[in-house]
Amino acid sequence: MPSQGSTCEAPHDPRPLVLSLKGITKRFGPLTANDHIDLDVRAGEIVALLGENGAGKTTLMSILFGHYIADEGSVSIADADGKLAPLPGGSAQAALAAGIGMVHQHFALAENLTGFENIVLGTQSLWSLRPRGRGARDKIARLMAESGLAVDLDVPVARLSVGEQQRIEILKALYRDVRVLILDEPTAVLTPQEADSLAATVRTLAGKGLAVIFISHKLHEVLALCGRVVVLRGGTKVADRPTAGADRATLAELMVGRAIPARERPPSTPGAPVLSLRRVSVGALSQRDRLEGADLDVRAGEIVGIAGVSGNGQGALAALVAGLAAPRAGEAMIDGVRLAGADPAGRVAAHVGRIPEDRHRDGTIGSLSVAENFVLETISAPENQRAGLIRRAAIRARAMEAIQAYDVRCPGPDAAIRALSGGNMQKVVLARVLEREPKLVLAHQPTRGLDIGATTDVHRRLIAARGRGAAVLLISEDLDELFALSDRIAVVHAGHLSPALDAAGLDVRTVGLMMAGHGAGEAA
Amino acid sequence: MWEALDILTQANFWAATIRIATPLIFGVLGALLCERAGVLNLGIEGIFVAGAMSGWLAVYLGLPLWGGVVVAALVGSLFGLVHGVLTVPLGLSQHVTGIGVTLLATSMAYFGYRVAFPNVATPPRIEPFAPLDVPLIGDLPFIGPILAQQTGFTVLAFACVGVLAFVLARTPLGLALRAVGDNPEAVEAQGLSVVALRIGAVMAGSALMALGGAFLTLSAFNAFYFGMINGRGWVCIALTVFASWRPGKALLGALLFGALDAYQLRIQTIAGGVVPSQIFLMLPYIFSIAALVLVARRADYPRALMKPYFKGQR
Ligand SMILES: Nc1ncnc2c1ncn2[C@@H]1O[C@H](COP(=O)(O)OP(=O)(O)OP(=O)(O)O)[C@@H](O)[C@H]1O
Ligand SMILES: [Mg+2]
Repeated sequence: MPSQGSTCEAPHDPRPLVLSLKGITKRFGPLTANDHIDLDVRAGEIVALLGENGAGKTTLMSILFGHYIADEGSVSIADADGKLAPLPGGSAQAALAAGIGMVHQHFALAENLTGFENIVLGTQSLWSLRPRGRGARDKIARLMAESGLAVDLDVPVARLSVGEQQRIEILKALYRDVRVLILDEPTAVLTPQEADSLAATVRTLAGKGLAVIFISHKLHEVLALCGRVVVLRGGTKVADRPTAGADRATLAELMVGRAIPARERPPSTPGAPVLSLRRVSVGALSQRDRLEGADLDVRAGEIVGIAGVSGNGQGALAALVAGLAAPRAGEAMIDGVRLAGADPAGRVAAHVGRIPEDRHRDGTIGSLSVAENFVLETISAPENQRAGLIRRAAIRARAMEAIQAYDVRCPGPDAAIRALSGGNMQKVVLARVLEREPKLVLAHQPTRGLDIGATTDVHRRLIAARGRGAAVLLISEDLDELFALSDRIAVVHAGHLSPALDAAGLDVRTVGLMMAGHGAGEAA
Repeated sequence: MWEALDILTQANFWAATIRIATPLIFGVLGALLCERAGVLNLGIEGIFVAGAMSGWLAVYLGLPLWGGVVVAALVGSLFGLVHGVLTVPLGLSQHVTGIGVTLLATSMAYFGYRVAFPNVATPPRIEPFAPLDVPLIGDLPFIGPILAQQTGFTVLAFACVGVLAFVLARTPLGLALRAVGDNPEAVEAQGLSVVALRIGAVMAGSALMALGGAFLTLSAFNAFYFGMINGRGWVCIALTVFASWRPGKALLGALLFGALDAYQLRIQTIAGGVVPSQIFLMLPYIFSIAALVLVARRADYPRALMKPYFKGQR
């Protein structure tokens, strides 16, 4: 089946073709993750690859890089003279030798090695007795200077921040003189500042003739950076067009296949405070992630956004609200009850709904089924067990209802949750949290890594919870999200929480400066 | 009281320490090499037995002593190949497979011995490694007598510590081994073969373990007995954690264990009447358990240890 849709490439692109995919098809059991996909990429071009969660973007790139073997189709790549030659499938070694580099969605770094060691790993014979030294360092130093990617090469990768680890990933590819660079959701884990500097780097590299394939769910980035967008939907290519003339709405519609309804945020009148903090300190989770003397009220029927670069104290705040950490000083109250020790079960009983930052690690248990994950927090409630035995049928029935109501796309309530895409996993967490009609909702990075459809869905649900009278504490690094949802916004920096200000009176620039450590007064 | 401390000044005590430590040095090095690459090898106890038996038998049948050493290493690496194939490409449980390899190797060694010597009353003997005869150093006071009781096989153990430390820290191969025990995806993404690296590490590690066994029959004693390994392999697994997967610390751990064992033998003769001898026998093992409890809580396990890797799967 040839891919349908609008293919309006520029007629005479003078730049040489470096990469050409023809009819790539990949199936996982009954699922067709890639369905006859064609893609051409030219030198110096930045191509965006868009699509919903599970559309098949990573699969396509993994075939290109040799992690997966395509069931059908072929990959050709230009050799040193610019002639296209077929690339043998299923070998990362062949892909690397042909000049393809990939920055993985989940970084492929050995954390016990230093950045330098990760970069040179596998670039020389294993039987050599002398490790790479001066020459390699000079080359990396030159690459850093050219691309603007500065990072300490001599500390174990485990001690680097996510942004720094990513720089190592990119340098790793550049060190091998790649001609095609694949960036799989590179900005999902970056702060806005880091994302900007990455964009600048990518532009520089493309200017030198590197072809870049850029995957992102953030459409404004795509519009600013890429010359062409290729859209996948359900494994097929549905569009391949220049970015010029496109806007966020058109791209979103191409991805989802229907118009995305605009978010509506009806006015609401806040009630009494549900969460209230008075000069609360919470001990350090990491060196900087602690809270010092924080004051905050979150009232029923309002969404309070917490902006900040991650690791500045929002982890500590979230741990406090979720019952994973105890306040070290000050007075913290939820619904009029003073919080003393760390007590996650107590928070469940106090009607606090928690959407954790890392849904894989803290939000779900991968090997349990969707239905089991749905009742994780309330397994001892009478509707879920009788005389210590789990009421399977009742749980299953309610899980089915939730799957319907929250539009979770999955094989069924008995499927292991690990098999779900990120967006669908998040919907299960959301259903678990919101079905119980919590008085306080903690939403920590609720849309990280989610596609635009799923993101809009999460937003709609949070606004609905607010309409129902829940107090919502939204912690996010995404300023667009914060401004779209929040009634009031506070900024956390280096453990200090600013007063929560009316969102209507704030602008993105001011908050951005406060996140970088400038006071509200200074920034205004 | 003074007698208890006096033991530490005897050259004999230090010589025994090194002799007891030598098989453990091989074993810990072997275990840490496997584990650095991400594979737990509980076949160690059986591979010790197989190495002890095969090395000894080869010499008994007429090979030179160093030939026996080579045979033991080859036999060890064969069992390593079995463990590696089952756990790496096939991804079977490393615990279960390892214990299976121990049972298999032990039984095969005992069976082979019984077949070769159906009815002997006393175990047949070989002429084991002779003590070193080093000019000059051999004449030094204190050091001289200690060295004079060691063999070339012990020298090999110490050399292995240095070689393994160098390979792991300084060569591209060591880099790849450390990486594959932390994140096999990273190794794959750099164009290297996870399967080849892991199987290679398990084979080399198992060869080292077998040398530990062979030391007992070719150097420490001169015959093969049933039950002579007596848990030494398990001790090595504990010492590997104590050593934080570093060859230098592995040497230290093995020597500490050896010293405790040598010490308890000697203190028994002094304090024998008062304290039951079983208490002293327990000492080295209590040390390993205590060391494990103290160190293991902070231990930095290789991140991918015991996690099978399948290409193209998430
Ligand atoms: N190894 C695998 N085994 C089984 N199914 C897989 C495998 N890899 C991917 N899939 C499935 O193939 C589909 C495409 O997945 P892919 O990771 O390519 O999506 P994606 O577009 O990168 O999504 P996201 O935006 O969430 O990263 C999904 O339904 C996924 O569950
Ligand atoms: Mg993906």
